[in-house]
Amino acid sequence: MSTAPQALQGGEKLPKEHYLNATYGIRSWLLTTDHKRIALLYLISVTFFFFIGGIFASLIRIHLLTPGGYLVTPETYNKLFTMHGVAMIFFFLIPSIPAVLGNFLIPIMIGAKDLAFPKINLLSWYIYLVGGAFVLYSFATGGLDTGWTFYTPLSSIYSNSAVTPAVIGIFINGFSSILTGLNFIVTVHTMRAPGMTWMRLPLFVWAHYATSIIFILGTPVIAITLLLAGLERMFHFGFFNPAYGGDPILFQHLFWFYSHPAVYIMILPAMGVISEIIPTFARKPIFGYDFIAASSIGIAVIGFIVWAHHMFLTGQSTYSAVAFSFLTFLVAVPSAVKVFNWTSTLYKGSISFDTPMLYGLGFIGLFTIGGLTGLFLATLGLDIHLHDTYFVVAHFHYIMVGGAIMGYLGGIHFWWPKITGRLYPEYLARIAAIVLFIGFNLTFFPQFILGFLGMPRRYHDYPPEYQVLNVMSTAGASILALGYLLPMIYLTWSMRYGKVAGKNPWPATGLEWTTDSPPLTENFHETPVVDWEVYDFVHRPELGLQGSVSKKPAPAHGDD
Amino acid sequence: MHRTGELYGQFQTLEQQKETASLGMWVFLVTEILFFGGLFLAYTINRHAYPTAFGISGNMLSLPLGFGNTIVLIASSFTMAMSVWSAQTSRRKAVPIWLIATLVLGSTFLGIKVVEYKQKFDHHIVPGQNFDVTYCSRNQIACGLSDKDFADEQKEVKEGIEAEAEEAKKRGAANPEEVGAAALNAHAQLYFSLYFGMTGLHALHMIIGAGLLLWLIFEGFKGRFDANYNTPVENIGLYWHFVDIVWIFLFPLLYLINRHLA
Repeated sequence: MSTAPQALQGGEKLPKEHYLNATYGIRSWLLTTDHKRIALLYLISVTFFFFIGGIFASLIRIHLLTPGGYLVTPETYNKLFTMHGVAMIFFFLIPSIPAVLGNFLIPIMIGAKDLAFPKINLLSWYIYLVGGAFVLYSFATGGLDTGWTFYTPLSSIYSNSAVTPAVIGIFINGFSSILTGLNFIVTVHTMRAPGMTWMRLPLFVWAHYATSIIFILGTPVIAITLLLAGLERMFHFGFFNPAYGGDPILFQHLFWFYSHPAVYIMILPAMGVISEIIPTFARKPIFGYDFIAASSIGIAVIGFIVWAHHMFLTGQSTYSAVAFSFLTFLVAVPSAVKVFNWTSTLYKGSISFDTPMLYGLGFIGLFTIGGLTGLFLATLGLDIHLHDTYFVVAHFHYIMVGGAIMGYLGGIHFWWPKITGRLYPEYLARIAAIVLFIGFNLTFFPQFILGFLGMPRRYHDYPPEYQVLNVMSTAGASILALGYLLPMIYLTWSMRYGKVAGKNPWPATGLEWTTDSPPLTENFHETPVVDWEVYDFVHRPELGLQGSVSKKPAPAHGDD
Repeated sequence: MHRTGELYGQFQTLEQQKETASLGMWVFLVTEILFFGGLFLAYTINRHAYPTAFGISGNMLSLPLGFGNTIVLIASSFTMAMSVWSAQTSRRKAVPIWLIATLVLGSTFLGIKVVEYKQKFDHHIVPGQNFDVTYCSRNQIACGLSDKDFADEQKEVKEGIEAEAEEAKKRGAANPEEVGAAALNAHAQLYFSLYFGMTGLHALHMIIGAGLLLWLIFEGFKGRFDANYNTPVENIGLYWHFVDIVWIFLFPLLYLINRHLA
């Protein structure tokens, strides 16, 4: 354990003027172009959708407590898992880290006053709200039962539920993602402070750059795909309708061309968060900076050419199945590079188990399990057995909940002092992190076994043999729910009553920690000049770490 | 894109501001390519799958109107380029004139498109319940066909049904004639779904472009665009050219493939 964080030694005061008290009133928030305020607006709205999705998840788990399905009818069950997926994926997971943490941090991390297009940034939030309103309208007027994947011809012809407003909502929401990605890419290219070279960018920024590439290349494809499905539903166009010679499988190809990379939209930013947390709490430069940065881009690129592994059972040709299987194994390489580099960073580090670090370590473990089980599914023979079983459900929840949400919460805790200027109660936060970890594993590990035993996903009923594992899963879900409620409560509490954090409570090396907490509206008092290498603890005496001053010239990135 | 061309708060220099706006536009156009890409993919796959029906359907489009529209649109790209050039060389008065010319040409395009769409309704080749690809081979007057065109139309539909029936026979259908006729109608409907989807989306982009042009004209008359500040003209120009290029691909794909001049 290292020395206590600076802030705990007391004597810190909030800066007199910061972005939260610069202006007051509802207009100053709803019409703000400050990326930090927009990030908070997003924080509130994605949390809202997280709870909507969470309620559906709870209902699913309660329903599955007993075989026979007593709580809801099969039709309602179909709607529950669909609405759970739509709310969580399109309105929570995809915008969560980029639109909240990315929005808040990217300009500060690169030493800019704001994103390149502040008004477009605000516009993207409003687009998100409009899209969200359509989807909520769909939920409120009967919901939809197509699954979040909207496969045709169910979604375009047969479903009698409120598919149209949901499709319109997701179509609209896509433009929010596109504009966010566009803003990030342009910002990273043109807004960096003097001395902030590409190889000095924090890995969080690299991860978001890669994510933005997927945003701008993938999201338009899902937009047009859903538009076509919508046109087919509304005006009887025939793009995917077999009656007209259209091909429903084409929908699946187009859908997964976006939706597989979308998985990387969810996980890459979380990887960025972890790449910040690990060196900070190991007090050590990250191992293999260049490789982690390049692997983010690698994941974004290779992630675009693996989509058909979702469709091994559609009767596609064996040759294409083999190719997609191989490519799927290939995309695991850059992910593995990251995991190895994080663990190498920990090696001989001076590790402290602060809350963000608990989330970080939890992420590495859970992501590794989620990633490796992905390889099971990429294996052609095994996939025939596991396809559309709970094994798949468990696999992607390990990535999305165990990975993306762990990363999101870790990031929220890590930068909470920067966002609010105050610290959360550390002891409570550690307990919450551990509760979350236990609850998560109890919920989803039994699902791996269920899937392996053959329980199919999306069924409202199951044979009694599966009950024990389902009860375990439901019990875990209730612990998990507690784990999510705790941070909600104490983080809100800390906004007013938390200890004042000071500029750099951990201490961490990024540029964002050199400015006030919370920062000014302009982020910095004067434009910063970066003259240190990234993640360098040694040549930064101002961090107040023991043995920090060294006569050696600056080391190359990474390996010290 | 700032109204007055002064430095915006988040930037350090005007060059940075201009470079940023321009990069933003290019990135946006990349997303647009992917957006249309989905449609082009759907088109390509189905054109490959149903060459007969797509060929016949493509022949039902009006070549003079389509060709005329292509000329109009290329001309509008020229006038747009001229307005950018005028701004870059500080010919302040010329900027709105060229922009108005662009807007007029763009509106002409949309007007011709309306005429074409109306024709499709008259010919019963709009996807939906009353879609009937053989309509014009049976209703000479309603479709306004000359005797020769009418005979061509009948011949073509007959050949189309025969070709589809041949396919049906290969698959072992009991009544290939009937199945063939139904297949031709279905596949033609798929073609016109794509036709309306692609040209409709393109037209929507034109309408948005026209709105942007109106704003530029308004600002242009104030003499705002010169060599120092012309980012909006340049960026909207990029957008306009992009929309033109989409049409340059749409025209041959939809109108020209398998077109046989009688």
